[in-house]
Amino acid sequence: MDLIANLALGLSTAVSPGNLLYCLIGVFLGTAIGVLPGLGPTATIAMLLPVTFALPPISALIMLAGIYYGSQYGGSTTSILVNLPGEAASVVTTLDGYQMAKQGRAGAALTASAVGSFFAGTVATFLLALFAPPLAEAALKFGPADYFSLMVLGLVASVVLAQGSLLHAIGMVVLGLGFGLIGSDVTSGVQRYTFGIPELADGIGFVTVAMGMFGLSEIIRNLENESERSVVIAKISSLMPTKDEWKRMIAPILRGTVIGSAVGILPGSGSILGSFAAYSIEKKISKNRAQFGKGAIEGVAAPESANNAGAQTSFIPMLTLGIPSNPVMALMVGAMIIQGIQPGPSVIKEQPALFWGIIVSMWIGNLFLIILNLPLIGMWVKMITIPYQHLYPAILVFCGIGVFSLNNSTFDIYLMGLFGVLGYVFSKLGCEPAPMLLAFILGPLMEENLRRAMLISRGDPMVFLRRPISATLLALAVLAMCTVLIPAFSKTREEAFKE
Amino acid sequence: MIRSAKDFWSGLLYIFFGLSAIVIALDYGMGTALKMGAAYFPTVLGGLLIVIGSISVIRGFVIRGAPVGAFAIKGLLMVVGATLLFGLTVRGAGLAIALPVFVILSAAASSRFRWRPTLLMAVGLTLFCVLVFVKGLGVPLPVVGPWFGW
Repeated sequence: MDLIANLALGLSTAVSPGNLLYCLIGVFLGTAIGVLPGLGPTATIAMLLPVTFALPPISALIMLAGIYYGSQYGGSTTSILVNLPGEAASVVTTLDGYQMAKQGRAGAALTASAVGSFFAGTVATFLLALFAPPLAEAALKFGPADYFSLMVLGLVASVVLAQGSLLHAIGMVVLGLGFGLIGSDVTSGVQRYTFGIPELADGIGFVTVAMGMFGLSEIIRNLENESERSVVIAKISSLMPTKDEWKRMIAPILRGTVIGSAVGILPGSGSILGSFAAYSIEKKISKNRAQFGKGAIEGVAAPESANNAGAQTSFIPMLTLGIPSNPVMALMVGAMIIQGIQPGPSVIKEQPALFWGIIVSMWIGNLFLIILNLPLIGMWVKMITIPYQHLYPAILVFCGIGVFSLNNSTFDIYLMGLFGVLGYVFSKLGCEPAPMLLAFILGPLMEENLRRAMLISRGDPMVFLRRPISATLLALAVLAMCTVLIPAFSKTREEAFKE
Repeated sequence: MIRSAKDFWSGLLYIFFGLSAIVIALDYGMGTALKMGAAYFPTVLGGLLIVIGSISVIRGFVIRGAPVGAFAIKGLLMVVGATLLFGLTVRGAGLAIALPVFVILSAAASSRFRWRPTLLMAVGLTLFCVLVFVKGLGVPLPVVGPWFGW
């Protein structure tokens, strides 16, 4: 069977001593940074990205993937132990996870999270191996119009899933698309919005924007209310869940895995929607629904499984279509381009060792996570207790040197500072930066595909509706928009975010 | 009267960015829908931003919203200032000087700033960065820069 041959190829790539080591380093570093309160996967990856530049492409991507799920797992640990979610996806975990911790069941919650994540990761890895090749095959039939519509769908989805005002999310998307256009226009060679600054000719690096808007501005925000950041960590007695707890988490893990895997593939969502959906479904159908919000282990197991499954399956659109579905994947796309690989449907054919190596290493990484995290929990707890005033100067220093090393240019340090201010001001005004970063990386791609589509159709915009793939994607985008605009649905959205 | 300050001010920002995008793009050549020039897409985006911004500003007058809240002026200035200063000095002064200054200045933004741990951290981070980034990963930054005779 093809699948087995492919996985064998992947296995032989992933278990080479070097790659195994980089996977372990990635998972370890990812967890170490991810447990720090207030640092989500996007900031963590942006910060650690420069470290991988010196590696060969396969090792670099394996390490980055490891950093990604490591940081996500680390974030869950912090959510459970100190009620400080590092990112939107782990907000749900705080609800019951922290309650369990308060009741002295922190260990059980951590184990539920680890076991659920591992199971979900395993299933999602297989799904990825199963569905990526046919999808890549189908993607080869995509024309420019289809790509354009796909990106529209992705951006609409990211708008729908953004917290806060819909109007501002749309505004941030349009703004991000615009910032993405800065630099030389590929078609005409015109220098756009460069103000005669030579460093801007190649455009603004996405890592610079990510570090500014997610790293710097987050630090400034945290300096606003320092007194609230006193960290009280729940004691961990035993990691072992009771027999009853084991029984109660099986079904939620299975359901969470299914929901997370399905939702993770959708453009624009990543793992956020999955964990929210898994939690609210569990809350509706569980026998112990009265206990939700008061420390139900189901309320930890389900969203954590969904979270990890979604993190894994969100690689599918990135690896097969070359279209990132969330800011983290946007960073991965950027990393691939830096390594000289153009992400897209041809990667799987032209670089099978790379493609399958990454997929198998994800499973190995998940294995490392469970081996690493539960025994090392004492060390992670120590990391969480580092006072923030000692933490953020170090984050700043790593961002500063990291952003410099992208192009060996001090100009990028200034740009990072500028985007830090911009990100802070916008977040004060209730505008979230996540949709902007995604749009930022899609901007030039969208323009290029729009141009090509219009050129092929001789200037007839109806081409977007005539092509079946494009029309379907646009219809989905309209549908997604409707779910927010129709009052009944938008109410559930608000409730989901309130929880 | 402005009732929702967040909507009002973010709307103004959108309009500012939208207008600048369109005005600057006037020089770029519009082209046609068939053969789009460099200005086509940015102008469309700029127009969209102006529309979104205007709706937001109007909403700012109609809807009652939460106030913007106090800005962390000290944090903002110190953190961004320290970052910019690091960019300005790192090549000339070298990491051994620019990095401790970066650490101390940014740490001073915190209300819990204390000298002893900060100085320890400055030394530790500088050593770490020199070893890992300069020696280990080969980032071309001087340890002691030309301003000090190297």
